[in-house]
Amino acid sequence: MTAPDSAAARYTGARVHRVEDARLLTGRGTFVDDIVRSRMAHACFVRSPLASARIVAIDACAALEMPGVQAVFTADDLNSGVHESWYSAMGKHVPDTPRPPLAEGFVRFVGDPVALVIAGDRYVAEDAVDAVEVEYDPLPAVADYATARDAQALVHEGYPANVAGGLGTTLPDALSAIFKDSAHHVSVTVHQQAYAAVPLETRGMVAEWSGDELTVWAATQSPHEVRAFLARLLGLAENRVRVIMRDTGGGFGQKVMPMREEMCIGLAAMKMRSAVKWIEDRRENLMTAGMSRHEHGETHFAFDADGAIRGAYIDHVQDIGAYPTPWPVGTAAAVGMLFPGPYRVPAAAFRTTSVFSNTSGRVAYRGPWQFESLAREVTLDIAARHMHMDPVELRQRNLLRRDELPYANPNGMPYSDVTPVETFEKALQMLDYDAFRREQAVAREQGRYLGVGMCNYIEPTASAMSFYGTEGATIRIEPSGTVNVYVAGGSTGNSLETAAVQLTADALGVNIADVRTIQGDTAVTPFGAGTGGSRSGSMIAGAVEETAAILRERIVAIAAEHLEAAPGDMELADSHARVKGSPTNAVPLTKIAEIAYFMPHKLPAGIPAGLEASARYQARSPVIWANASHVCTCEVDIVTGAVNLLRYIVSEDCGPMINPSVVEGQIAGGVVQGIGGVLFEHLPYDEDGNPLATTFMDYLLPTACDVPTIEYGHVETAAPGPGGFKGVGEGGAIGAPPAVVNAIADALAPLGVEVTRLPLTPAAIRGLIEAAR
Amino acid sequence: MSEVSVTVKVNGMACRHTVEARLTLADFLREWCGLTGTHLGCEHGVCGACTVLLDGEAVRACLVFAVQADGREVTTVEGLSEADGSLSTLQAAFRERHGLQCGFCTPGFIVSATALLRDNPQPTDQQIREGLSGNLCRCTGYQGILAAVRAAADAGS
Repeated sequence: MTAPDSAAARYTGARVHRVEDARLLTGRGTFVDDIVRSRMAHACFVRSPLASARIVAIDACAALEMPGVQAVFTADDLNSGVHESWYSAMGKHVPDTPRPPLAEGFVRFVGDPVALVIAGDRYVAEDAVDAVEVEYDPLPAVADYATARDAQALVHEGYPANVAGGLGTTLPDALSAIFKDSAHHVSVTVHQQAYAAVPLETRGMVAEWSGDELTVWAATQSPHEVRAFLARLLGLAENRVRVIMRDTGGGFGQKVMPMREEMCIGLAAMKMRSAVKWIEDRRENLMTAGMSRHEHGETHFAFDADGAIRGAYIDHVQDIGAYPTPWPVGTAAAVGMLFPGPYRVPAAAFRTTSVFSNTSGRVAYRGPWQFESLAREVTLDIAARHMHMDPVELRQRNLLRRDELPYANPNGMPYSDVTPVETFEKALQMLDYDAFRREQAVAREQGRYLGVGMCNYIEPTASAMSFYGTEGATIRIEPSGTVNVYVAGGSTGNSLETAAVQLTADALGVNIADVRTIQGDTAVTPFGAGTGGSRSGSMIAGAVEETAAILRERIVAIAAEHLEAAPGDMELADSHARVKGSPTNAVPLTKIAEIAYFMPHKLPAGIPAGLEASARYQARSPVIWANASHVCTCEVDIVTGAVNLLRYIVSEDCGPMINPSVVEGQIAGGVVQGIGGVLFEHLPYDEDGNPLATTFMDYLLPTACDVPTIEYGHVETAAPGPGGFKGVGEGGAIGAPPAVVNAIADALAPLGVEVTRLPLTPAAIRGLIEAAR
Repeated sequence: MSEVSVTVKVNGMACRHTVEARLTLADFLREWCGLTGTHLGCEHGVCGACTVLLDGEAVRACLVFAVQADGREVTTVEGLSEADGSLSTLQAAFRERHGLQCGFCTPGFIVSATALLRDNPQPTDQQIREGLSGNLCRCTGYQGILAAVRAAADAGS
């Protein structure tokens, strides 16, 4: 028997109020720092002040004599406790880079954790950190990845030339021939600076070993990854580790995988008789929680005389710092594979190289491969100027049309279900591109520098790769008829509770007020990979639907018997099962639940007692493609170098929307992170490897005064997954940097300025203008 | 470490504790009063997540020592809901306009915007931006926050 569909969706697609908000607006959320356990101790790290040095001696005697100090651990105490150290997301067999919990023998960046102090009070722990004496023998540091391959010093022995690995090929002869034969061959080197996720809540963890079970309260995007990782790390059975998270204050990739500090807290907790709490401070977060985006690429594009792309190549080099998480070589391949973007590129190749430096390790950050879009779109604008073509016309000539799909780009990416022509057209209409060009011309005559920039990209979401390929849900209709849906969670602001409640209410035809969700507790939720790779909407929808289908069949069978109707004539809506076309011939879910739990003799033959089910969804395609077009305008003050963003338009196709407010919120957040990355944010190091931005006075986040009003243009085409949903979490941060860079470059084009290096601070812009004179 | 007796009226209730002189007001509220709605995002006075009202004035609780609040009144985010526990007009506007995502910076924004609208009930859009420029949000791009404060002002909160 096929389970009937529930009545038409009522909540999916609507701007439903978030179920998370009531507690968060009134100060009643539960973030990791809000957890208090009896006799809980506080942890604080002793960190290296040097970028590279040999550890000669560590003397903790003075610290251990301080009242309230319970322990000081070094690598000798903790690192031997490691059983296995690998991430579920990557698998056991990737050729991972080193990741010791505490520094062993050598420190390799400023902030490298050297010792761990445990005390009864956070203030005392910080006092004791200052009392731990570490003697260092300084060594030359590899501060700049760009020259690290030629440096004499090595960040890690065993990695000659400081190279962790690479993928792809040098420029193939066939492609080289295309570049030589084409009417236009444009090549530039684009440089992006180091910046980072910077969630407002830093990292943190509370771990408590009972002698039998480890309970961990985590700030994480993936509670099940934390559980599996810590179980392997500590040699515990997975079912002896419970990870709990309720509210996590942003992640953006930084909280996908436990890093060295979390390893240390797990290891230390096993040695303590009480819970251990570690809350990172902001200086630690900026210095040690990882950097992203630091990379450069030599790009090549060849065009025929009409501007049609004939070939493309990128030689990409990325900084991976001293201790990247996870293995960075494989993830960098996405930069090369996606470099052709949503364009008709008949031939392409790439090479990517991952290079160590004595700086903070590379970690995932929202659209970790976004350099492909930055490098491509910046190059396309430079090419358009070179060819005296309008950048819109150049793109329109090369964008993939829907009738060409599915389309495999020459690097093997099989695009489908995308609409780059349509989103680009919509964004340009929203701007009124021709009107802006007229306005720009008038402004230039007045000595004002306006510019327009754009970016088209195509993005893989909801990857079905191994760990990420399935998602489970349990739905429990309680004896009273209220509903609880259990999914893995890992929500870090991306509204997974609201999404699960909306989807479940529709899947069961119940009123949304009757649905609650439990997430983020590995003891009760099914396994799931958590927030990452723009996967949650599609995967939770699949999991809820698989599970709800089982319950719909049971609900209808019970109701049909009760109403003496045929199951095929039933529909579910408004928390009732009713006969189609006969709304009064209905039975409420409360009654059905009562029968299911308390009147088993009334159950139809073959229908089990109770109304609880679990099922797993398995992704139906290797990846779900999403696409977007960003168009923004700006005015550049050539005297001060200040950039004023005038309009910012995003037209995207993330499929049907579960909740448009959540979709737009994800886009806006990502866009502003991208704007920050172009104009403000920078994690620089001096030549000795000292970090120069370790507070919010040096690391500048965009404020409410810096952001334009973001305008949205939705194009909806269905993906092959459940509900047709596509991912939307990362794209804003991918599309924004090239759009902003290109707008600034367009504004300054009359001055002969070419922009290939980020960030574009006022000083940098002044420098470009001066250099062009 | 020298300890001092501190009495602060927090959300209308007197809280008296003997604490180290170096204890911040933020830690006093979070750890001694159990009011964990006040969040610490930077502990150096930039992010604004720990904003509270001290005798009605919006201050960064990470930059104030608990002893400096002795004998004074503090209002935290927990004290800004209606008496029956329901959302204030401003809080409801944040929910209505998707003014929060992860919610970590939200208490600071609610406190700052409450003070802003009290002092300037009809702010211009630019005054709202400037009034909230001392609070950092990493999730929303400020779009929903600005819309929420505008809506609350227009509703005459």
